[in-house]
Amino acid sequence: MKRFIVLLFFSLVVLATVALAEEPQAKWPGVDEAVVEKYARELGREACDPYINTDQGDLLLFLFALSGAVGGFIMGYCWHKVFVAGKLSRTPEE
Amino acid sequence: MILRLGLMFLAVLLMLPAPASAMHISEGILPAGWAVFWFALAAPFVAWGVKRMSARKAADPTYLPLVGIFGAAVFVFSCFPIPVPVAGCTSHPAGTGLSAILLGGPASVVVAFVSLLLQALFLAHGGLTTLGGNTMSMGVLGSFGGLAAFRLGRLLRVNLFWSGFLAGLAADLLTYLGTSLELALALHGSQSVWSVLGQIYLAFMPTQVPLAILEGLVVGSILVYVEKHRPDILRKMKVIREPAV
Repeated sequence: MKRFIVLLFFSLVVLATVALAEEPQAKWPGVDEAVVEKYARELGREACDPYINTDQGDLLLFLFALSGAVGGFIMGYCWHKVFVAGKLSRTPEE
Repeated sequence: MILRLGLMFLAVLLMLPAPASAMHISEGILPAGWAVFWFALAAPFVAWGVKRMSARKAADPTYLPLVGIFGAAVFVFSCFPIPVPVAGCTSHPAGTGLSAILLGGPASVVVAFVSLLLQALFLAHGGLTTLGGNTMSMGVLGSFGGLAAFRLGRLLRVNLFWSGFLAGLAADLLTYLGTSLELALALHGSQSVWSVLGQIYLAFMPTQVPLAILEGLVVGSILVYVEKHRPDILRKMKVIREPAV
């Protein structure tokens, strides 16, 4: 129980940090901006907009949430199939 | 209990929606000639992977759920940004070291290619013209480099956890080496390729070294988990040996 409370406390601290980090002023650039695009620009090449530009309003955020949910579901479903149901259905020789 | 809580926490973190600003080469950065060249180089690996996956699926029906787990893992790992406080940047692991060990190197290339394609189509992440280059770095170099590091570890009688750690570390660092090489070859101009390669690769390091260590620890832990709960999977993939009778 004590461990659980400590873990919950640290989880909340980290989650709060992530939430704060999403404020526009505190946005951390990705290495594609900070390294790839920076060096490409210096070497005379600019990145262009994606051909299917989903970076419009909250659409990208929605797609990320959706892909996280779908990816998480697939992972969880297959994990259960392999490590829970699959484990139970193994023969003793296996 | 702790493992379950840790997994729950990781799931919550991954579910936090945040648009990715991460590692793949963005749309339009590679000139047309280089884009075509990397596509041509990556295509045979993808074709080889599809063939190997079909053959394995036909021989062993339990292979498909494994592709589901580690395919989804590569997709999620390679598009969700993780902040690295020491560098003030966000980036993400590759995930291909893990998939190469548990699915095989060629299948891991396919998994990376599909993940990169979905990210380029729907998440404005990476690009369609740079898909070949990104597949070469994350899919081919990441998978086969990670697998080679793992095999070397096992050959040197390093235990499963630390061999997995080496695979995760190598997959991550080699992916970025590939990205740096692709950029240097295409854009070096009048400078030497090696000097541009060195500059770009060094610029990746403050962000990528902590993430590579984290990726190594995750790969090692997952392998130990699989060994504990389904050692038959590791035996099938020839990751561990059959027990002596």
